[in-house]
Amino acid sequence: MGLFTELKDSVSRVTDRLFSEQEPKRIGIYGPPNAGKTTLANRIARDWTGDAVGTESHVPHETRRARRKENVEIERDGSTVTIDIVDTPGVTTKVDYEEFTDEMDEDDAIRRSREATEGVAEAMHWLREDVDGVIYVLDSAEDPITQVNTMLIGIIESRDLPVLIFANKIDLDDASVKRIEDAFPQHKTVPLSAKEGDNMDEVYDNIADYFG
Amino acid sequence: MPQATNDDSESPENGVQIDLISGERMQGMASMEKIRMILDGVHDGNIVILEEGLTPDEESRLIEVTMAEISPDEFNGIEIETYPKSDSRDSSLLGRIMGSEEADAKLTVIGPANQIETLHKDETLISALVSRD
Repeated sequence: MGLFTELKDSVSRVTDRLFSEQEPKRIGIYGPPNAGKTTLANRIARDWTGDAVGTESHVPHETRRARRKENVEIERDGSTVTIDIVDTPGVTTKVDYEEFTDEMDEDDAIRRSREATEGVAEAMHWLREDVDGVIYVLDSAEDPITQVNTMLIGIIESRDLPVLIFANKIDLDDASVKRIEDAFPQHKTVPLSAKEGDNMDEVYDNIADYFG
Repeated sequence: MPQATNDDSESPENGVQIDLISGERMQGMASMEKIRMILDGVHDGNIVILEEGLTPDEESRLIEVTMAEISPDEFNGIEIETYPKSDSRDSSLLGRIMGSEEADAKLTVIGPANQIETLHKDETLISALVSRD
């Protein structure tokens, strides 16, 4: 890149920021438990800020409180999109503490289930009140047509929020992006592996397009 | 009018009560009244069937209130299945533009998570296997 082009881009970024009247948009990362929401939130946050958002785990409901990473500046084609990422607990209609007792003792399992229920309730409240757009993360190795997914997508549509569907875990042998595209044809589906970092350029292009 | 809640004098001890709630009955109720009626029924171990489903906002609040009521060894939450929305997306879009709050789901089945063994749905059938425990 030439000196003049670099200077022009730099000036353009500064003026974009100075004259931007909008606050960073709050983008909620929603989806069922274990779809890879926190892994994706961490991937985005690390790529653009150097810090992670939260702890990743194979145990359901590892994320039990919505966590926000503010002012994530994503640069695409010389312009900058600034968003606040809100990583939310996996939405479900039931939480049974006995599902966690293989991994931890009963007291910890009960505590985890209580925190998980509070987190899901909070995530639903935020969806109604406090997000400007949604990244809906699905495990592309799982059947996407579940009641919770259908309900959540319906709730998001009813609020007229921009939504991108991310078909995560494409590195798995059973992954099928088409199954997700067929389930929700009314929305753009972007394939990725948040764990491996596959297809992240397309992820960022679409985040900039939808939420910029 | 019969109440959509468990009545000990009428419920067989080993049976499962099914509350079939008409759209007409739901029409006159506020959102939280509907949610309270559904969850009261489910807490009593009943299967609640709504002739007309809930609005997306009501579904969101149902999840939120359900989460607030989950308690270890007492209430694990709900199983819920709803027929898909109408294929005519234009009508729901028009409804949104016109500010319609009407539910566009056809029929909804809700039950206690610890009693519903399987809840399967296809385009024309919702099938539930319910245990009495």
